[in-house]
Amino acid sequence: MEILVVGLSHNTAPIELRERLNVPEQDLPKPLEMMGESTDLVERMLVATCNRVEVYAVAEGPIEGAVEGITDCLATYRNVPKTDFLDKLYTYTAGEAVRHVFRVASSLDSMVVGEPQILGQVKTAYSIAQAREATGIILNNLLEQAFHVAKRVRSETGIASSAVSVSSAAVELARKIFGDLTGRSVLILGAGEMAELALRHLLDDGVRSVLVANRSYDRAVALARQFYGRAVTFESFRQEMVGADIVISATSAPHVILKKEDMQAIIQQRRHRPIFLIDIAHPRDIDPGCNEVDNVYLYNIDNLKSVVESNLKERKREAERAEVIIDREVGVYLTWLRSLDVVPTIVSLRQRVEQIRGTELQKVLGRMGDLTPEQREAITAMSHAMVNKILHQPMTELKRRAALQDGHLYTSVLRRLFGLEEKEK
Amino acid sequence: MAIDQFFFYLALLGYLLGTLHYLLHIASRRLSIGRAATYATLAGFGAHTLSHIFRIYALRRPPLGSLYESLSFFAWAIVLIYLITEFRYGNRVIGAFVLPMVVLAGSAAAALPRRIAELGPTLQGVGLWIHVALAIFGNAAFALTFCTGLMYLLQERQLKSRHPGKMHFRLPSLELLDDVGVKSLLFGFPLLTLALITGSIWAEYTRGSFLPLYGRETWSILSWLIYAGLLYARLSAGWRGRKAAILAIIGFCLVLFTLIGVSLLRGGRVL
Repeated sequence: MEILVVGLSHNTAPIELRERLNVPEQDLPKPLEMMGESTDLVERMLVATCNRVEVYAVAEGPIEGAVEGITDCLATYRNVPKTDFLDKLYTYTAGEAVRHVFRVASSLDSMVVGEPQILGQVKTAYSIAQAREATGIILNNLLEQAFHVAKRVRSETGIASSAVSVSSAAVELARKIFGDLTGRSVLILGAGEMAELALRHLLDDGVRSVLVANRSYDRAVALARQFYGRAVTFESFRQEMVGADIVISATSAPHVILKKEDMQAIIQQRRHRPIFLIDIAHPRDIDPGCNEVDNVYLYNIDNLKSVVESNLKERKREAERAEVIIDREVGVYLTWLRSLDVVPTIVSLRQRVEQIRGTELQKVLGRMGDLTPEQREAITAMSHAMVNKILHQPMTELKRRAALQDGHLYTSVLRRLFGLEEKEK
Repeated sequence: MAIDQFFFYLALLGYLLGTLHYLLHIASRRLSIGRAATYATLAGFGAHTLSHIFRIYALRRPPLGSLYESLSFFAWAIVLIYLITEFRYGNRVIGAFVLPMVVLAGSAAAALPRRIAELGPTLQGVGLWIHVALAIFGNAAFALTFCTGLMYLLQERQLKSRHPGKMHFRLPSLELLDDVGVKSLLFGFPLLTLALITGSIWAEYTRGSFLPLYGRETWSILSWLIYAGLLYARLSAGWRGRKAAILAIIGFCLVLFTLIGVSLLRGGRVL
């Protein structure tokens, strides 16, 4: 019985190969069935995203055979020659496999460390496998534990707390200035992909009123309609800045359109309410001197990029702390896994029952007063016989089941029924 | 050890644990540590309240007569106002700034003589106690204004520098800090004003001089003027943010000097 991870990811394989091996979500059950029929994997699930194709499994027989079965299935199912990806595969077993699953679920193995999608993808893959009864006690426990670890990593480290794209960095800065963005207003000068992306992020965060100014009023109207906003004339943008909280500037003007003096006048009219200027135009739209005005926060595209860079570094530092958490959790899981072996279970069950027999026997002998050695012998023998008779059936059954695939279920239940877990702690 | 003293030390221990956990909470971001910080502070506050009750019972007067007593009461009022803020805003980062100050005030109090001073007949009367309590509560509110002002300056620097670092992620938003700053100012200012009025009336009544032009009173009026200016600038001229934060910090330094510095200059007498 061995936990096994076989797969390839962005760390080992190029995107073309990952695409060829990828399995769409709705098709996941098929390869799971194939593996169930052609391999001796007692439990299995398949995680397939654009960044990874991985099989988590519990193998009955030798590892080599299981790995070969998995690769055969993948190759046949996706019709990709094995030789194309064999050297890109990695195989983890036991503790290393557990660690890998924990790291994947916690987004430590992701291309962008801390990205939130992977956890959902693993959860979906798991529920699909579970629905097909392809998983059992070991994978169920492994995945539940992995979700718990992912949650811990998320809440106890900052790997996901800082933005790693320019537009989400802008939103995050806005939140540090305004707190809740609900009901805030944003003014867009010009247009462009980046500006729209930033706007979309802001709208997701609760920004309600959108104003659009463009040298071409028609384009302003079109863009405003797209975001349920209001178009204003380009000439009036300075007046509109009095009411707006966030300004995204992306015009194609060849020179600065907002000078420091303009900004000083505007902030006076705003009664010093803070304003966040995002200048993503090239060349720049906003005089850098505006940042010196009190309550004005000006970020241009280079500033945002350097924020993203330092956030990425911060994530890497936080990832190291996450690895410590994972180390500890792998230890906890392996201890549980080992306890499922039949032999230690039988031993501790015997010990538990023997201990009860011993104490009860002493009590009874103490209360009975003077007995002949023969009488004592007979009572002791009876206690032994009872214990052995009672234990005989469960022990035999346990040993027989251990060889079958649901053996771990029996040991796990037995340990719980007799309270053998607590005794070990 | 008197029973009030025992509970006072217990409170100090609670605040110390609270401080440690608030700081650890910022560093580790663990919610469980943040909760522990709140519980420790709440426990400290409970013990502190008991300490006051026992002291009132022993003295048969409010515990506001000596520098030890007023410092201890000051620390207690800061914790009360802080805890209300924490529950209202659901933010524990401010605690990492407020609680160290509480521990400092508490420890300073612990270092002072605790004997019960005999107060002369002029230093008795309900009017005086109201005056002192109002002043201490007002100043405790300003302690919060001071802390959020400090945090505002830190966060503002981070944002202006365009290279936000670790502090940036941990500190709350400027909006929240400014909001707590203005609310605590709006709470503290009327109390300080009433304290000045009751103080003047009391001075007129006992000393026959209406204008208290010496010692603590002068400093009190100076800090009142600063806070009045700050409030005026905020409400009418729309001042906010950095300038308001700096003024709040200066104002509180003056408050501290008034409360502690002047007393020490006058040999530990509060009244």
